[in-house]
Amino acid sequence: MHMADALLSPAVGGTMWAATAVTVAYCSRRLRHEADDRRVPLMGVLGAFLFAAQMINFSIPGTGSSGHLGGGLLLAILLGPHAAFLVMASVLIVQALFFADGGLLALGCNIFNLGFFPAFIGYPLYQRLAGEAPGTARAGVAAVIGAVLSLQLGAFAVVLQTVASGISALPLGTFLAFMLPIHLAIGIVEGVVTAAVISFVRAARPGVLPTAVRSGHAVHGMASAFLVVALVLGGVGAWFASKNPDGLEWSVARVTGARELESPQTGIEAALGRLQQRTAILPGYGFRHETARAAEKNEAPNGITNSWGSDRLGKSLAGVVGGSITLALALLVGFALKLRSRWR
Amino acid sequence: MSAPAVITGLLDFRRLDLLATGDSALHRLDARAKVLVTLVFIVCTMSFHRYAVASLIPFFVFPLAVVTAARLPIAFLLRKVALVLPVALVIGLPNPWFDREVLVQLGGLQISGGWISLLSIVLRSLLAAAAAIALVAVTGFPAICGALERMGMPRSLAVQLLFLYRYLAVLGEEAVRMTVAREQRGGGRPLSIRHYGTLVGRLLLRTWDRAERIYLAMCARGFTGDFRSGPPSRLGRPDIAYVAGWCGLFLLLRTHDVTQWLGTAALGVLR
Repeated sequence: MHMADALLSPAVGGTMWAATAVTVAYCSRRLRHEADDRRVPLMGVLGAFLFAAQMINFSIPGTGSSGHLGGGLLLAILLGPHAAFLVMASVLIVQALFFADGGLLALGCNIFNLGFFPAFIGYPLYQRLAGEAPGTARAGVAAVIGAVLSLQLGAFAVVLQTVASGISALPLGTFLAFMLPIHLAIGIVEGVVTAAVISFVRAARPGVLPTAVRSGHAVHGMASAFLVVALVLGGVGAWFASKNPDGLEWSVARVTGARELESPQTGIEAALGRLQQRTAILPGYGFRHETARAAEKNEAPNGITNSWGSDRLGKSLAGVVGGSITLALALLVGFALKLRSRWR
Repeated sequence: MSAPAVITGLLDFRRLDLLATGDSALHRLDARAKVLVTLVFIVCTMSFHRYAVASLIPFFVFPLAVVTAARLPIAFLLRKVALVLPVALVIGLPNPWFDREVLVQLGGLQISGGWISLLSIVLRSLLAAAAAIALVAVTGFPAICGALERMGMPRSLAVQLLFLYRYLAVLGEEAVRMTVAREQRGGGRPLSIRHYGTLVGRLLLRTWDRAERIYLAMCARGFTGDFRSGPPSRLGRPDIAYVAGWCGLFLLLRTHDVTQWLGTAALGVLR
């Protein structure tokens, strides 16, 4: 589920870098406050452990195929969300550099999609559902639900980032219909595997797993999780409701066979476009001038030029909108978590 | 992954890691200069519109120049870079399906936008992967971490990355041993999830004990929370020239369609 550089526009990639940087800064500040020297080597070796565990494949029953562990939820259960997020970030950085998995521009997306959701949404849900001293079955159900939620949100974020970037021609609906069911299956397997590892560890050496779960912790964790889900849904709703031709509608127009998409020359959309063209750092597009000329003559140029022009406009607009939503989300969650730590 | 595949992955990791111990003018540059140039390269190449193909091609000069100047093994690095192709193809292949507007007409051959954007995605993937792998090969992971920390990455993440890097091969080898042992005794039976839980749980407990031993060893040696390295390097004239030269070229290639210009010039000469 790695996001790839090739599918990403710098606007979306940069925004996700910013969101990830904020979360990294927040997590490392939290860890500095709860100084625990023992955790430094533990986090490091657990990162290496995750690599090793991902190398070992298991067979998925009934399909004949094999899979490997994602590990975000497992790390959060072992280390708590803040440390788990940093470990996940480090694993993804090494993967991006040594194995060219994803890439450097997509690093922000990948750390957010695979690190943030399990640590700050899947894990609080798991904690809430599993309770203090869960039996094997209960912990298993909780792990499956936590992993499914994390992976669904992660897959959803991959789709949003791809569509907002506008490099892939996959329309939102098709891409979602493809990604969400697959990641439902992957999430169930991930949850079952996480539960299998946890139940072994609990039986073999109970001391390893953190036991003291304060109920207040879980309640506020849940509150912030629901907040995030609500905001994501709200953001998507707004996206669908939007009348502006963004990257999404552009793709839809493509699919439905509309040959041309009128690029509005008046109103806020055009103003934003002009502002964006004026402030573009790299105004290197030949057809930018053609679009401007067409606007002067108040007639559409040939179909290709027009769709390219609106593509570019829609791409940046969609990127800014989608990116800002996710950034706002990250900040909000950080803020909520901060408030929570103050209340304690 | 079967045992041979795991071993190959681990050996590739080591080999790539060892390349950074080479000695060339590029190896000796400040890591920050190399990280910065790579980031500018990626932003410039990835900011092209979705149908960019010809204008992406001149950018291959950067990874090629780095690999040649640093005397790195090209065949090995190409193999590493080619590993990203399957992913790029899987996500790019729907493009020709959804985007059928004809954009290019070469004689009787009509090429739709989808095929062009698929080609663009493949080129982008190759450029991004080549840049990242070339960066590791001439800089080395610890130096990249140091550079990132000096560029603002929190210390805790830098320490985390260095720890992970140091123990990656150690735990990777444990995973290899476990996989080999299981495959030899299991008679080719696939690993069920329940047994995976036991296997990986055991590996987790061993990791946990290892962390405890590392912690005690670190205490004995007076670990204060960060890794010691030599005195921080300073940006010299070669570093500034490296950054200015490459970034200037990238901006030129990004803002001027050099490919088009060359093509027109060549056609003009032919005519």
